[in-house]
Order: sequence, then C-alpha cells, then structure tokens
Amino acid sequence: MTSTTLAAALPAEHRERLMRLAREVSFPAGARLFEEGRRAERFWIVRTGTVVLDVHVPGRRAAVVESLGHGELVGWSWHVPPYVWHLGAEALSPVRAWEFDAATVRELCARDAAFGRAVAEWVGRVVADRLRAARIRLLDLYGPCGSGSRP
Amino acid sequence: MSDRRTTAVLARTGLDALVQALRARGRTVVGPTVRDGAVVLAELSSAEELPFGWGTRVEAGRYRLVRRADGAAFAHTAGPQSWKTFLHPGREKLWDADRTADGQLSVTEAPRAHISYAFLGVRPCDLRAVAVQDRVLAGGRYRDRGYQERRTGALLIAAECTEPGATCFCVSMGGGPGADAGFDLALTEVVDEAGHRFLVRAGSDAGDELLAEVPHRPADPETKAVARGAVDAARERMGRAMPPVDLRTLLGDSLEADRWDDVAARCLTCGNCTMVCPTCFCTTTEEVTDLTGDHAERWQRWDSCFDLDFSHLHGGPVRASARSRYRQWLTHKLSTWYEQFGSSGCVGCGRCVTWCPVGIDITEEAAALHDELAARLRQDGQRGRGARGVRDVRYERKEPER
Amino acid sequence: MTEVPLPYRVTRVHRETADTVTLALVPAGPAASAPFVPGQFAMVYAFGVGEIPVSVSRIGRRTLHHTVRSVGAVSAALCALRPGARVGLRGPFGTGWELGRAAGQDLLVVAGGIGLAPLRPLVLQALAARSRYGRLNLLVGARTPGDLLYARQLRSWTAQRALRHCAVTVDRSADGDGWWGHVGLVTALLKHAAFAPENTTAFLCGPEVMIRATARDLLHRGLPPRRVRVSLERNMRCATGHCGHCQLGGVLLCRDGPVIGWDRAEALCSVREL
Repeated sequence: MTSTTLAAALPAEHRERLMRLAREVSFPAGARLFEEGRRAERFWIVRTGTVVLDVHVPGRRAAVVESLGHGELVGWSWHVPPYVWHLGAEALSPVRAWEFDAATVRELCARDAAFGRAVAEWVGRVVADRLRAARIRLLDLYGPCGSGSRP
Repeated sequence: MSDRRTTAVLARTGLDALVQALRARGRTVVGPTVRDGAVVLAELSSAEELPFGWGTRVEAGRYRLVRRADGAAFAHTAGPQSWKTFLHPGREKLWDADRTADGQLSVTEAPRAHISYAFLGVRPCDLRAVAVQDRVLAGGRYRDRGYQERRTGALLIAAECTEPGATCFCVSMGGGPGADAGFDLALTEVVDEAGHRFLVRAGSDAGDELLAEVPHRPADPETKAVARGAVDAARERMGRAMPPVDLRTLLGDSLEADRWDDVAARCLTCGNCTMVCPTCFCTTTEEVTDLTGDHAERWQRWDSCFDLDFSHLHGGPVRASARSRYRQWLTHKLSTWYEQFGSSGCVGCGRCVTWCPVGIDITEEAAALHDELAARLRQDGQRGRGARGVRDVRYERKEPER
Repeated sequence: MTEVPLPYRVTRVHRETADTVTLALVPAGPAASAPFVPGQFAMVYAFGVGEIPVSVSRIGRRTLHHTVRSVGAVSAALCALRPGARVGLRGPFGTGWELGRAAGQDLLVVAGGIGLAPLRPLVLQALAARSRYGRLNLLVGARTPGDLLYARQLRSWTAQRALRHCAVTVDRSADGDGWWGHVGLVTALLKHAAFAPENTTAFLCGPEVMIRATARDLLHRGLPPRRVRVSLERNMRCATGHCGHCQLGGVLLCRDGPVIGWDRAEALCSVREL
C-alpha cells in the first residue's frame, strides 16, 4: 500500500524510460480528466493538487469514491482491455500532472518484456491497493453499528 | 505447618460440639447436607444435618446419592454447589442511586449483611478454588469489597478427601486429596473397628482457639496412620486425569484446533459448567428502578461466557459460535488464567464433568487437543520446520503441573 | 466492585454529529480519586439505565469531556442529557497512550470514526509539549463529512504549523456536501504523512479492521510492533478486572488495556471470535 507511488513501485531504469514519454500538463479546478464509458487513451501521475474519481447515479448527487494526490496514478483502465474508463475523474483543485499516451506505453510494454512486467506489477499494486481499501470501506465500519447489522 | 499447632482426635459427637461452638460465636455454619437428591451446601444448625451415611456415585453427566454402611459424613464427592455461592453470591446489590426533586444524584454503596461464616467440610480442591478466587477478586489492584469482607470473616474447616469420585482429577492439576494450607482446621474422617472419629489439625490461631473449646483427645499414632493412609490411598484413586503436559501451552497453541468443532457439536452452551465451577467468577450487572423512577438499584449477578450477550459489542456478539464460546471457557480455565491471575483456573474438582447435561469431560477434551497438537507438531517436524521441532520436544517433555 | 459512581454535573452538551455528543462533566461533589491520562476511560452511569465505558476525550483542570455515540440504551440516555443533568462516574481505569515514552520521536496518530475521541487528549498533550516530540501527524477517517468529530478543532489543527501533517479522509462524499478533502481509506493518508519509521511511535484507534489494516501497513513500513500502540474495545461491566467480560485471550482489556502494544495485540486480533 505504501509503495504504489511511481517512485517506489518502478525500478529506476524503467521509471526513466517511462518518464521519457511524459508531458507536463495542468488542469484548472473543476476540469474533467475523463468520463465513464469513454476510451482510456491517456493516464496521469499527479504532481500537485487533487484529482477525485466519481460516479454519476441518476437521481442522486455525484458521489466521489476516491481522491488521489501527489505521486499517485490516475487511471488504470488504459492497461486492461477493453481500455474503457469505469469512473469519471475531475480536478478538485488546480492540478499539475505528468500525462502519458496509453497506446505508446502499451506499445513499449509489448516490445520490452522486462519493462512490460514492471509496469504491469506497478499497475497491479495500485489496483490491489484500491481494491483492498474499497473492500474495507464496503464494510461501512464507521456506520451505525460498527461492522454489524442494524439492531 | 508449625509444630505448635494442635493435632487431636474428635469423636463423632465432637463434631456437633464444634458446630455449637461456632454458632455460639455468632458464626453462620455452612456445610454439606442432603437435599433434593444431592449433597448441597446449606446452613447447619447441628452436625446431625451432615450427610452421615451418604456417598455419591458420579460419572460424566451423572450424579446419584448412594447409602453407605459406614455412616461416614465426608465420603461424598463435590455437589452442584461450591463455596463461591456464599463468598461470591449469585446476586448482590452494588449500590442504591437516588434522584432528588432538584435533579441531584446520590449514589450509596449497598449495605452488606455482616455474616461471619464457618465453612465445615471444605474439600482440598475447594480450598484451592477459594485461593484462586482470592487472587481474582481480592488479589489485584482493585478489590471486590463484598468478597473480601466475607472472605476475611470466614473460618474454613477442611475435610480431607478419602473417597474421590469418578470425575475427580485434582492430582493431575497439581493438587491432591490432602489439605496442606489455607484452612483453620482440617479434619480427616476415620471409620474403623476403633470407631468413627476425626483426626483434626489446626492451621491457624483461630483454629487452635476453636479446638480448645471442643472436647478432644490427643492424636494417637494409630488414628494418624490410618488417616494418612486413607488420604494417600485416595491420591491413587482419582477417577480421571488431565494429560500430563503443559496445559497452558497446549491450550494456547490449540486456538485453531479442529477438536473445537467436535465439542461444539455436543455442547448445549447451557453454562452449567460455569455455574458449578468453584472458580468461575464472571458477573454482569443489572439496573433496577422502582415505580417512582427516582430510585434505582445496581445489581451484580453471575454471568456465563456461554451466554451470547456475554461478549456483546454494539453490532453483535464477538463470540457468536458455540465453538468460540466453548474454546473461551476451556482456554481461559486452563491457559489464559495464568496470564491474568498467575495460576490455572482449574482445581480438578470434576464438577463441570459431572454436571454437564451431555457429559462433556474436560480431561477428555484436553487429551484430544493434545493428540491433535502432537500430531500437527509431528507433521510439521517431518516437513522440516526446525523451530516447531524444538518446541515439540519441549512441549512433550513437560511434567504434570505442580 | 470497588467503588460507587461519583456524581458529576453536565455543564455542556456539544452535538458532534447526528448520533454523537460530547459531554462536559464537572464533579458535583468530590472529584475522581486520580487524574485521568489520555487513553484511559471512565465508567459513566446514566441513572436508572446503566453504565458504559467511555474514553476521556479531553482533560481539563476540573472538567472531563466524554464523547458518546448513541448505539445502545445507556449511550442513548447519555446522548439525550441536557446541561445541568447528573451522571455517575467511576474511574480513571485502564492504560494510557504513554506519550512520554515517545519523547524525541515522530508521532503518528491514526483515528477512525469515534476512535478519534480517545486520541484527542493525546494530540492536545503533544501540542502542549510540542518541542518534546518530532513531527506530529494526525490522520483521521470518517464515514461522511457529516460524521466528523471535533470538526472545528480539526480545521484549526489542519491550519496549524504545529502539526506537521493533519489530514482527514471520508469513506464517501457527494456533490454539495461541501467536502474538499480526501475520499478513501485512512491508510491511504499514510503515503503523505511525514515520519521516519525507525523513529516513530504510532497511536491507533478505530474499528478493529481499520486498526489491523493500518498496523500491517506500518509494520511493512518498518515500525516495530511495540511502537504501534492500539486501543481496543470489548464488552465491559465492572472495569476493575472482576467481571470477565473484557477478556481478549490472556488480556483483560479494562486492566491491561484498552491501550496495548501491537506486539501483544496482533496475535489476539488475528484469531476469529477470540
């Protein structure tokens, strides 16, 4: 969990190769990075600011399910077929980030097996970490009756 | 035992003189007596109420009174009660609370009746049980005042055990049929051609003083020898035994044992074992209000770890399964008690075996847990887990607890 | 039972959330026999209803604050009290956080839900002797923004430089709830905390699942188990070690806890239904 940031999760050699593909971008507060159901063609690593992941539920207010800050990966759907976003993402504050073109990175992964494995492991860690957190939150531990049922 | 303490012989009539001397001192004399088909503990007005001529035949889940030709008074095994009924009663008021018209709250400690007990016929296993409860209720940072008052005021007259029952296993718990400490007087009943009499040893100043008031004669070597012989013989006639291993480690290492499922399938979680156990001390509290709503009483009553509510946290019980509750009881009794109170919680009296409605026998459960753990350790050893192998040897070699 | 409850007067009732209030209590007669230290608890008695263990959530010269969440009959009665009402109080009981043993170290305080209550006096204690400790991190998790305890205090702490890092995260947030902070599990906040694992003491309180998850992460980061202090909860009736309810293996939580080291707690928390 503590090692999902890029710096900790990717060996230096692969990290440098990945970073050569990065471009600096910035988003004003309120900007949408992506929308649920669209093709996942890019991904980001947050440098400053906060990006929130949200879901729109008809008849309910949009729910924020996770917020991501410095060093964290925004988006993993680009790495897994069918390369479609599952959630929406929005800049909560002004955000500066590294942006990557998904197709280029996937192509490099396919060409270089060692690099591909390292990236897959990094993305896997991120997904595992968020899955674990989501499962614990699913228990609604702070709810009215701890983790139990209602009386 | 100090040499200056008196050793003497009481005639059968001397026993009643003893009861009368205690009553004359204002003591409430409690001892065994036959009632409702069992030997129960109740207030005695005379020694004649003792169960002369009654013995018991017990097995797992079974208890029957039987007649004895020799007329012995202390030839029965432990009944359904123990001395905790008197020292740590099933219900006790803790405090009265009153709310006045202007909203003030006053809480006063419940007044306690000042009873000074004399317990007549305390078995050595029960002497050890009293010592265990002493450590729990009066040996820590906080003292249970009610218990402490009743306990310090109580006079203990032990009756050494010469007729152990089929469910007795005190020897394997480090005890034995003889009383060696913690009593004011210790009786050993002797019935032979020379008559029905009691070898009596004083264990305290109070015991010496009491004995001085009661007709007695010096202890003769024959009576001493017969009494000693009977107690020694009893040591060899225990109906059951715990496996001769370090039970603390065994239970501590058996938390995930399969055996718990087996015993849970039989256990009714009725809590009988906890009620009859002379060391089980758990209590809960109740709030009782009167009709005006301005007076409330706080009561304490015995509770059982077999009760679902026992481990209740908002949301539900921590120990929801019978497996976990049986495991809690046995593990506490034989293992975690050491960590909490510095000794085992079991004295080997056998009550929980006798009074279990389905005859669950904790010596058998411990043996089964031991077999399972030993098998697991052997397997681990064969798989080359060195650390467990070392543990294995240490575990197997452990002598019975003393 | 060792002593009867002492009457205390409710001087203030602060509604923290929909189901939680903080009661400010002063002695209506003689005060508790000993001063409370952060992490300890009192048995708070609601007349005619019963008694429950409640951690002290702020320790004043005369005033004790107890934060109570309405989850049962007694806590509901306590939550319904008005200023001027009387409660009974026994205590202090149990172990404290033992902040003093962390002198010179970075502090990592991680709270989940009502678990912030016993940790608040610890944070206040650390702030009062700021120079004695290294970096002070406070990580707080709650269900929704509306379920946050001590919201004003948290805002002021977040703005303070004395706390190296104060972050709050909620499990869920929705448009219009005004929440601009983190959304996610409290463990996610560890990434942004500033502490040197080899020289840090952590203080954890919250639901046991959250404690386990956080403690595991901290061990993974290199904190020794004994420097992860956790506060655990079990049923309690007497608080004096005599009723048997609060057993967790060989631990009597009212006597040996509620605060114990993870070196002792880990094995106990890993056995189901212990």
